[in-house]
Amino acid sequence: MLGKLAGWDDTIAALATPQGVGAIGVIRVSGPKAIAIVNGLFPSKDLEAAPTHTLHVGYLKYNDTIIDEVVIGLYKAPRSYTGEDVVEISCHGSYFIQNNILQILAQCGARAAKPGEFTQRAFLNGKLNLAQAEAVADLIASNTAASRKAALHTMRGGFTEVLKNIREELLTFSALIELELDFSEEDVEFADRSRLMNLLDEAAYKVKQLLQSFMLGNVIKNGVQVAIIGKPNAGKSTLLNALLNEERAIVSEIAGTTRDTIEETLNINGILFRLIDTAGIREHTSDVIESVGVQRSLQKMRSADIVLYVFDATAISKAELQQTLATMQTEGSKIIAVANKTDEEGVDYATKFTGIAGIVFISARYQRNMDVLQDALYTSVVNDEVGTPETIVTNTRHVAALEKVLQSIVLIKDGFAQRTPLDLITSDIRACLYHIGEITGEITNEDQLDFIFSKFCIGK
Amino acid sequence: MFNEYDVIVAGAGHAGSEAAAAAANMGSKVLLITMNMQTIAQMSCNPAMGGIAKGQIVREIDALGGYSGIVTNKSMLQFRMLNKSKGPAMWSPRAQCDRMLFALSWREMLENTPNLDFYQDTVKEIIVKNNRVCGVLTGLGHYIYSKAVILTSGTFLNGIIHIGEKKFGGGRVAEKAATGLTEQLVELGFVSNRLKTGTPPRVDGRSLNYRVMEEQKGDKELTGFSFIQQPSIKPAQQLSCYITYTNQEVHDILKTGFDRSPMFTGRIEGTGPRYCPSIEDKINRFAERDRHQIFVEPEGFHTVEIYVNGFSTSLPEEVQYEALKLIPGFEEAKMFRPGYAIEYDFFPPTQLTNSLETKLIKNLFFAGQINGTTGYEEAACQGIIAGMNAYLAIKEEAPFVLKRNEAYIGVLIDDLINKGTDEPYRMFTSRAEYRTLLRQDNADLRLTEKSYKMGLALEERFKKVERKKENIQEVVKSLQTTVIEPQEINNYLLQQNSAVLIEKQRAAKLLLRPDISLNGIIESVDKLQDLSHKYDAAVLEQAEIQIKYERYIEKEEELAKRISQLEELNIPETFDYNRITALSNEAMQKFKKIKPKTLGQASRISGVNPSDIQMLMVYIGR
Repeated sequence: MLGKLAGWDDTIAALATPQGVGAIGVIRVSGPKAIAIVNGLFPSKDLEAAPTHTLHVGYLKYNDTIIDEVVIGLYKAPRSYTGEDVVEISCHGSYFIQNNILQILAQCGARAAKPGEFTQRAFLNGKLNLAQAEAVADLIASNTAASRKAALHTMRGGFTEVLKNIREELLTFSALIELELDFSEEDVEFADRSRLMNLLDEAAYKVKQLLQSFMLGNVIKNGVQVAIIGKPNAGKSTLLNALLNEERAIVSEIAGTTRDTIEETLNINGILFRLIDTAGIREHTSDVIESVGVQRSLQKMRSADIVLYVFDATAISKAELQQTLATMQTEGSKIIAVANKTDEEGVDYATKFTGIAGIVFISARYQRNMDVLQDALYTSVVNDEVGTPETIVTNTRHVAALEKVLQSIVLIKDGFAQRTPLDLITSDIRACLYHIGEITGEITNEDQLDFIFSKFCIGK
Repeated sequence: MFNEYDVIVAGAGHAGSEAAAAAANMGSKVLLITMNMQTIAQMSCNPAMGGIAKGQIVREIDALGGYSGIVTNKSMLQFRMLNKSKGPAMWSPRAQCDRMLFALSWREMLENTPNLDFYQDTVKEIIVKNNRVCGVLTGLGHYIYSKAVILTSGTFLNGIIHIGEKKFGGGRVAEKAATGLTEQLVELGFVSNRLKTGTPPRVDGRSLNYRVMEEQKGDKELTGFSFIQQPSIKPAQQLSCYITYTNQEVHDILKTGFDRSPMFTGRIEGTGPRYCPSIEDKINRFAERDRHQIFVEPEGFHTVEIYVNGFSTSLPEEVQYEALKLIPGFEEAKMFRPGYAIEYDFFPPTQLTNSLETKLIKNLFFAGQINGTTGYEEAACQGIIAGMNAYLAIKEEAPFVLKRNEAYIGVLIDDLINKGTDEPYRMFTSRAEYRTLLRQDNADLRLTEKSYKMGLALEERFKKVERKKENIQEVVKSLQTTVIEPQEINNYLLQQNSAVLIEKQRAAKLLLRPDISLNGIIESVDKLQDLSHKYDAAVLEQAEIQIKYERYIEKEEELAKRISQLEELNIPETFDYNRITALSNEAMQKFKKIKPKTLGQASRISGVNPSDIQMLMVYIGR
């Protein structure tokens, strides 16, 4: 539940773009005094007289000193993000300038906003429902295209749409049960059990689909963990650099140079991959520092979604590769075998490893076939789950509710199987509807009665 | 001519009679004013009490110390426990009553009630001083003073009766309507609206051919409605009802009257109940159905009159008659009275507090159809609550309010005052979120103590319930501790197609099996046979239900507890909803009108979204 707020009659300001150096930064000011405060710093135009939804270029001045040349975006209440008067100041993307402006705003009466406070105000002013507000929070936290798409989809109600269908099915189901209970004396035909079971199965299937989509949703939001492992000097760090096109890890010819895990992110078609370069796996090592690193690598490998097993194609036999892959498969992660150092002309590595499926042949040093590897990474995520679903559940509160919905459906089915009296089964049906209601809003018994009265001739 | 009374009850239907009895039994000096002393507690429509959800309400009224259950027991001519094949929450007592005996029994009981006077007159106006009611002005011109007034006007306020194209004023056919009162209340600031209901024709039972109908007999065991008084008749004395069906020809005849139907031609403005439609409405809305059920119900032991249940209509009499005669068994039917529709004034119940007192005028209470409900049981239970609360209001004590998890009565009043109603409101079990708790069998365990503490239920009744509670505990304990050997029970288990025991098991655990009954266990196991000698059937049944359905009962109790937390979040009476600009328009208006006392109440108001509640919660500081 929302925490008690300090007050919402005041004016708040904060940087709306990420901290750091960029081309521009946007400072958002919201509240009853937003326009007056900025107007006092913007001598070239009278913002209070200007119409809403207009842009104004000019200098921001404080005590006759020019702070920056800015663009002012003006949004008057209630037609703004928060529902209050909002001014957005687009300034230059310097840390110094941004902080300076925020300090000046604070001196003029616009206090620094707390995290999420703009969204909270938007929610309180009726601009967003709870699910939307949560999606905005996700949107802010998201940093890849696919994640933004999923968050936007929730905001526009795509997820709610699917749930609405499930809700309809369960409503039909429960109305048919209520019909049997409240109108058993009436001359109506009651639904046969197989129809009720079908309705339940359909609803369960859809809920399961949504729950599965959460796994993909989670991947989209939090990124896919990719562990790069292999023997020392198989070229793991070079591969990491090649994927990132940057020099991040220490690359050297001495085996065991990478002492710790290094994490980098890579965006392939909007999916975020978290690449972990690990110290090489070596069975025996006397170096204490490195043995700690090796331990950590094994841990990382076990928690990774995908393991890139990099091997030196020139230095490994087919039998050894087969054995290593078989051992690694028992760890449970998805494994992509990457044959590195295939840059030597005239050697046919495909023939050397024939019979082992799915090997990606690359040369990290010469950045050969890096696109093939990227494709392999991408398809291993997207094809594995429920295709590319339109709707993705990204919110853990929704997942918790959906899991309870599914549990209730199981209880309802058990109830039927055990010939439990219908009226008792309805307590599980009601629990089920209640949990759907946690996401979509309540289903009232009026909905059920409306359904019954519209579909069945009731009454003596 | 009149001394000052504590409570004046205007109207002596089911609501008014219960209200008068409750207030008088608690100690108020009560005057019951009715237009006609001959029609006290008249069953205006079907001669039956109870049914699904309604039967539970009658049991609750009885548990509180009301009269409806006892009167029904005294006047029933047939009894059935409906839904016996379903779980105990659905078991619903229903009785066909002797219409005349029912009214007579009511009058007898009221006349034997202390502190209760009667007067035959109408109430034309209420007397109001400083927003407080202090009496009534009657049609004959008497000013009668009182500290509280309960209005139970039924269908009488500006009642208009329709039969085909004929239309005339009346509260029931052949009875005058009540005029003037609505207009005065509207002037005082109340909002009124119109509802509609209807009733079927009555016929001469001697003219019917029962051989072609399906007989519906009463139960072999009459458990009845009252916790303190047995039904007056023996099972063998019961009369039967009969079932027959309409057919396409009946429908075709009925359709010839549609152009003269007050329903279809728009002459009726009031909204009728969707679950009690007229026959013309049924064939119009459900054209695909080629037949509708008709229940042929006797009106009494000493009359040949028959009530044609399922054939409510306001079509012209001759159309009613011609159509009736095409129903199997009705070929030679003679009609005693035609069916008709009636429109009447009601006051949307969102104008009431949860004590049934009006928000506008202090100590003025409404009960029954005036609040938009339909049904004798719904009316009667409002009556008893209004009667109790009128007494308490005079004493300036806190009102008696039942919660949704305590009684169907609580569900009904909470629904009425928070959601209002657009059609005559009838109780369904689906309206109760704690159906498993609100059973007909435990109404006494739920309510008698509460009523006793308020001063209505008598000590004798209370003591009886206390004894019952102890007995139930004893039986439950005995079943939980008694261990049954396989050889004692396996024959019975085989008989019931239930898996045989390999090891000994406790009786309570065995009882959890769906096909296994306590009676079956007791009969098979010698050492348990004492139970049926020592305890009466109601105690054994209660123990069985508590053990068998424990999981479900506990679940609902837990849910009730969880949800009641919202009930404890009070909204200050002076709260300014304008502060929350983001509230939906509908929620804002409803909150301002209904002035919910708690967040729980606010959340049940129709048209209010969860997000409205969340915002409200933020603003009241949670």
